[in-house]
Amino acid sequence: MYHVVKKRLLATGIALLEVNAPAVAAKVEPGQFVIVRLDELSERIPLTVMDFDREKGTITIVVQDVGYSSAIITRMNEGDEFQDFVGPLGVASEVENYGTVVCIGGGLGIAPVHPIARALKEAGNHVISVLGSRSADLLILEDEMRAASSEVVIATNDGSKGVKGFVTDGLAEVLAQGHQVKAIWAIGPMIMMKAVVDYTRSLGIKTIVSMNPIMVDGTGMCGACRISVGNETKFACVDGPEFDGHLVDFDLAMKRLAFYKDEENQAKARLECDCGKEGGHH
Amino acid sequence: MTEKVESTKKVKIPRHEMPCQEPEVRARNFEEVALGYSEETAIEEAKRCLQCKNPKCIAGCPVSVLIPDFIKKIAEGDFQEAGNVLKIKNSLPAVCGRVCPQENQCESKCILGIKGESVAIGRLERFAADYGMKAGKSEFEKPEPSGKRVAIIGAGPAGLACAGDLAKAGHAVTVFEALHVAGGVLMYGIPQFRLPKEIVQTEIDNLKEMGVEILTNQVVGKITSVDELLENGYDAAFIGTGAGLPYFMDIPGENLNGVYSANEFLTRTNLMKGYKFPDYATPVKVGKNVAVLGAGNVAMDSARTALRLGAENVYIIYRRSRDEMPARKEELEHAEEEGIQFRLLTNPVAIEGDERGWVKSLTCLRYELGEPDASGRRSPIAIKGSEFEIPMDTVVVAIGQGPNPLVTTSTPGLELNKRGNIVADPETLMTSKPGVFAGGDIVTGAATVILAMGAGKKAAAGIDNYLKGK
Repeated sequence: MYHVVKKRLLATGIALLEVNAPAVAAKVEPGQFVIVRLDELSERIPLTVMDFDREKGTITIVVQDVGYSSAIITRMNEGDEFQDFVGPLGVASEVENYGTVVCIGGGLGIAPVHPIARALKEAGNHVISVLGSRSADLLILEDEMRAASSEVVIATNDGSKGVKGFVTDGLAEVLAQGHQVKAIWAIGPMIMMKAVVDYTRSLGIKTIVSMNPIMVDGTGMCGACRISVGNETKFACVDGPEFDGHLVDFDLAMKRLAFYKDEENQAKARLECDCGKEGGHH
Repeated sequence: MTEKVESTKKVKIPRHEMPCQEPEVRARNFEEVALGYSEETAIEEAKRCLQCKNPKCIAGCPVSVLIPDFIKKIAEGDFQEAGNVLKIKNSLPAVCGRVCPQENQCESKCILGIKGESVAIGRLERFAADYGMKAGKSEFEKPEPSGKRVAIIGAGPAGLACAGDLAKAGHAVTVFEALHVAGGVLMYGIPQFRLPKEIVQTEIDNLKEMGVEILTNQVVGKITSVDELLENGYDAAFIGTGAGLPYFMDIPGENLNGVYSANEFLTRTNLMKGYKFPDYATPVKVGKNVAVLGAGNVAMDSARTALRLGAENVYIIYRRSRDEMPARKEELEHAEEEGIQFRLLTNPVAIEGDERGWVKSLTCLRYELGEPDASGRRSPIAIKGSEFEIPMDTVVVAIGQGPNPLVTTSTPGLELNKRGNIVADPETLMTSKPGVFAGGDIVTGAATVILAMGAGKKAAAGIDNYLKGK
């Protein structure tokens, strides 16, 4: 039922999958996420939504091969099915006309920023998107982001495209142009979001981040995704995933991501080992 | 007169024990602990029943199972029929035979229990239900369709019991379940060694045979709402979303790595089969020393699960004394036999962590018992200066659950109490919204499987009446 309608490789190890999920597509809003489970043996994995098509009844996700389950998903092909596809989960972004806003996407974080930027633009904002990646060949969704934004600034760590440096350098460039930025969305690796909020805190610009911690059910039942926001424990799955970045304890959030690092490595090693064997079982 | 003679005779026959796996063996596997009666033992135990003319046991059962009738069938050796009699009132008998607190319900009312030991009703229920399951499907005559549709939100004990009774009444029932399997706490919470998931699944499959439609992966409140269901052709709705919001203690260190809510710990193990990692991809891990905070059934389940996952020392940490522990006696005994260590009159005040953010130890205070409090239990009082630290690797917080707000907050016009539970009419279980009923933990706060099932059945009767008047 939840089959892959379209697959596109965006960069090495990064796949875009358009999945048939009409009921989810009918309701999803920018900022929300889905949880997928490939088969009986699989984990439940939270994934951000890059796009949705209410008429076609599809949800588009972008997955990077970083762990056991994500490796399997990036290898899925058109016609392959997810056993479970749950959503929309979490609270939608607060989209309104703020004036000028900046949407920062780092690495894979460009995917969830995409529908938010588009909605903000449709709401009348002047949307300046800052896209970051390690290098030009790893930069994803540039065309889509140009269509969803009023302006786009690119930053690459190696300088192979746009500003040399990090998304914070791209943001500095935007601010140096004198834009009156009312709000910032920053989505990407924890370390990137932390760098952005550290930078914008002193500037007093409201900065929304989207947290992607470890989750199991995604409905507020297990509490695995708890994070500390303003010294209060919140569940990212139902209270978020978006939070006021200036209140998030990123050091704690980063430590919590390492909860299952050993097991993740063990599973990944097993996957690599299985792939080398003819008929190896998962 | 003859009845009295017989009862004097029967009271002398001891209640039959149910064989169990040896504690040292079972503490390291996830196989079911209790093994069930043999046919011979079941008949012998069933013969102890006095077949009271005015059976008190039925009144002690939240779903009014026809207890003497099914026991009579066992005594006669007609096991299949015994199972059929059970099913008249109970849509999940194999589950109830395992997890009901019979000692506080049917068995507590048994006349034999006054002078001796009550009939082992729960064990007999389990026997008859398992026999029926092994023998294959019991025939079900599809009732005349009523033409009415009912949406049930949550496929836990309340929702499934409600679905079963509504299907029997001829209504078309659709159950909306947020997780990827139906069963609710029977699947994610209660461990395999106490309630094998295959048994839960068989009971659910039986409901499907009866025509109940179950849709998984449907988070009501997100993908649809109660109002939308009513607008889209459902004539009534039942909310049975349970108590799925884990409480934490609000002490320092609760967000360290190695701290779980009992919900997470049990969900990873049971629902996601983390105990079979890496064959199943969801990990769950325990260190050498595990503390379980709390002393209810969920705490016992967590402690015994930790042991089976390989922990060396598992502690139940509870600020009151043994007499106040809310867990079932049988669960406490099983836990103790398996080597769970009880640290009573002890309360954690902080979880200490290392520099990488992992649990290192638990700081606790010793308590003593004071005067009885509002609940009638002697209230624990902290002993000043009694702080001490226990080395710890894993902490499971099992101090209770609250109502999950996803459905309640997305349903305008639904009256809630101050704890966030739904207010429902005690007789019909209809909420402040016409046509919307609720029952189970979402109404009462966290309770037992059988009370939730009782509420599901009561609501089914309320819904049936409501639909007849529509």
